[in-house]
Amino acid sequence: MNIVVPIKQVPETSNVKMDPVTGTIIRDGVESIINPLDLYAIETAIQLKETYGGKVTALTMGPPAAEKALREAIAMGCDEGVLVSDRKFSGADTWSTAYVLVHAVKKLDDFDLIIAGERATDGDTGQVGPAMASALDIPLASYISRIDSVRADGMTVERLVEEGYETLEIDLPALLTVVKEISYPRLPTLRGKQKARNTELPVLTAEDLEVEEVYLGLKGSPTRVVKIETPKVTRGGTILKAVDEESMNDAIEELVEFLKTREMI
Amino acid sequence: MEHKGVWTIAEESEGSLKSVSYELLSRGRKLADALQVELVSVLIGGPVSDERLQELIRRGADRVLFVEDNKLSSFTTETFSNVLSDLIRSRKPEIILAAATVNGRTLMPHVAMKIHAGLTADCTELAIEPETGNLLQTRPAIGGNILATIKSPNHRPQMATVRPRSSKPLDADPARKGSIERIELDPALIDKRVRRVGFINNEGEEGNIQEADVVVSGGKGMKKANNFGMLTELAHQLGGTVGASRDAVDRAWAKYPQQVGLSGKTVTPKLYVAIGISGAIQHLAGMKTADIIVAINSDPDATIFQVSDFGIIGDLFEVVPLLNERLAKEKNR
Repeated sequence: MNIVVPIKQVPETSNVKMDPVTGTIIRDGVESIINPLDLYAIETAIQLKETYGGKVTALTMGPPAAEKALREAIAMGCDEGVLVSDRKFSGADTWSTAYVLVHAVKKLDDFDLIIAGERATDGDTGQVGPAMASALDIPLASYISRIDSVRADGMTVERLVEEGYETLEIDLPALLTVVKEISYPRLPTLRGKQKARNTELPVLTAEDLEVEEVYLGLKGSPTRVVKIETPKVTRGGTILKAVDEESMNDAIEELVEFLKTREMI
Repeated sequence: MEHKGVWTIAEESEGSLKSVSYELLSRGRKLADALQVELVSVLIGGPVSDERLQELIRRGADRVLFVEDNKLSSFTTETFSNVLSDLIRSRKPEIILAAATVNGRTLMPHVAMKIHAGLTADCTELAIEPETGNLLQTRPAIGGNILATIKSPNHRPQMATVRPRSSKPLDADPARKGSIERIELDPALIDKRVRRVGFINNEGEEGNIQEADVVVSGGKGMKKANNFGMLTELAHQLGGTVGASRDAVDRAWAKYPQQVGLSGKTVTPKLYVAIGISGAIQHLAGMKTADIIVAINSDPDATIFQVSDFGIIGDLFEVVPLLNERLAKEKNR
């Protein structure tokens, strides 16, 4: 089973800065990690490979420094890493990102499955996975929480929806987006880290992908960020101390009064 | 531009319309009025009665467009995407809003990719830019640290998913008039590569935290799974459901569907009660748009107090049981 896992490098902390001109994230000087929700996709892919054979290829689009994410993925157990990188890609929205990733996937060996994280914790859209399935015209199962069984031409999976869990049968090749419930991501091993250091990571540029330039980067993106605001977080509410019986009772009385005033009880 | 009209995507389940359908109409009504165009509620699904569809008109729609077929009773991305793309190509709306539900967030990017449209996820504010008529879509990003306003100036339709519960449905107006158009499903649009073969409803267990008016969440301070019992009682007293922080879910004190925060769900209840939760930025990202936030925590420096409307610094194992007792008394009055 050949599996491709598209991953994203995201800022380690939430204290990131935005470029006021382009409205995109300034990534310089911020420690970067693999999007935490992608780790579940990587783990799921490695487990499938361990059971059914084949290989796992981690794929990312980003600046040259994003190769660190690919090496981390290999250290966990992915076999290969492919970096899609070109200045022309910068500022891409989800449409343009999916467009480029799909062209990159087509350059790789034939795959049976693409497994993506539910969404990235920085952009928080969850749009690239479904968009890739759409552009590749392969079936999509999103928000997958469990893989029940795998056959040569399809699989049975559980999908986490608001009201419960759906069971879906899906033909292969397919694209899954997975939620946290599906696996416990393993830590990189020492051997994996050694392998990661010694693995060559091919870099695919716009020219390699045979993409149309009008669809690339900020200029090729249908959406534009036109304004960035930093919302005020502090509410300045009433904060009471409950240190002894009296202050405890007072605090509870005041809370009950507060809830009454706000028509919550 | 030839694209005209505002569409909102309704959702149904077993013949009943979901409340997000009406929330979207109240959003759509404002936009349609600003643009002076028609507001269309689009429903793709299994059989729904005319009487129920009328409710969409009473709640703001000028027209209901309903692609109805038993084969559409459960959501599958490919078929729904084919049907919606087909409608968009033939009727050319300028704006499409869907709920940022699991299905909405799956369907919309699938369609947007196909028809080459701009799509903004999980918007909390929508407006029309007066000079251009463009849709201004505002959404929290980077863990809710920023609010980004986005537009798609050169592509139509402009598509957005809207955070559930971020707007209220309009009051039903029995005098409102509108038309209902039922459209037959073109069999060529059916895609059988994904088949729904089963469904387990677990709403009865904990309730859906994204649809609850009140969410009572526990964090690391709860110390063990058994202690969540007092939260269930408090949630019951307040007519709500129980959520949890990532810490609590990682320790298996609560289940993943209950997780609030950046790697869990985003909730916008009327009242959010954070108990034994310090308020890591990742947690705040999932709940800080709640109308009212109440926190109970023993650490006076916990970040959660900064975003709270009401806080009690104290031992939750004393405060919560006393509060439960007090609320029980209140009810019996």
